[in-house]
Amino acid sequence: MHEMSIAQSILDIILQESGNHKVTRVLSVALKVGELSAVETESLRFCFEFLTKGTAAEGAQLDIERVQVTCRCQDCASDFTVKELTFSCPSCGSGKLEMLSGRELSVESFEAE
Amino acid sequence: MTLKIPVVRDILEANERLAEDNRRIFREAGLLVINLMSGPGAGKTSLLERTIETLQHEIRIGVIEGDIQSSYDAERIGQKGVQVVQLNTGGACHLDSNMIKSSLDALDLDILDLLVVENVGNLVCPAEFNVGEDMKAMILSVPEGDDKPLKYPLMFQESRALIINKIDLLPYVNCDVGKIRERALQLNANLEIFEISCRTGEGLDGWADWLRQQVSARKAGGDGAET
Repeated sequence: MHEMSIAQSILDIILQESGNHKVTRVLSVALKVGELSAVETESLRFCFEFLTKGTAAEGAQLDIERVQVTCRCQDCASDFTVKELTFSCPSCGSGKLEMLSGRELSVESFEAE
Repeated sequence: MTLKIPVVRDILEANERLAEDNRRIFREAGLLVINLMSGPGAGKTSLLERTIETLQHEIRIGVIEGDIQSSYDAERIGQKGVQVVQLNTGGACHLDSNMIKSSLDALDLDILDLLVVENVGNLVCPAEFNVGEDMKAMILSVPEGDDKPLKYPLMFQESRALIINKIDLLPYVNCDVGKIRERALQLNANLEIFEISCRTGEGLDGWADWLRQQVSARKAGGDGAET
């Protein structure tokens, strides 16, 4: 349900950057969304389409790259991908982990003319 | 001509910046701030009432109540004689840093030891938005079922404490507390888990003891979340 406020934040960032680069129309926006982020991508697309009406980003596509969850074990220093949301080290079983990726929610770039 | 413009900006950066502002204010006031989250009806306000009754004479507690609408919860908490401010999100499914910031003028933070932000009832969205808290805590009530850690992993991942409420209802509902524990710890091995009933009072002592420790750790200048 918070996809609307996330879509608004994306639009704010895009319109601000568009002003800096003097572009008139945004064609597509590249996003990174971590697998652990509580974002429903279809809902985000719907909200973005709704909010961009009448702006320079009207009709712009969202290209969403999902980022898998990876962690580094604080005990044995091994890096691994978290499968089926099991947050323990596959090498030593430790639960002391530093998350390396999976919580991303960022605008990476956009295409405009 | 089509241009590709690199950006690399965190979508929640505006919220994060304001969360840092709030955190600075809380640090200066030297109080512990807990962001309390759960689905609707799990017992956030009831837990606050019981916690205030237990700790009121040793810990000075303040509450920010977040709801989509109504001031019903703030009235309940206000009857306990603590500082409380009601926030109505007007439809939004979570509290954000700006809303918290706007409510701080209504509270005298310098005379508080503990501020609890009772988030909007929702198992998903509040976990994504920091408000400047020291730690997040969540409640899952047993009628909601033991499958919730599987379906809503982020909140379990983000929380420092999990309070399993309404354990007095276990004979009547299809819920295995062992499975909740196992699934929640798989998501977050550092989670402190409390099994309680706000109705009968069972298990509340353990929760109150842990809160005392967290408040003392903050007073000692430590990071409450790291104890």
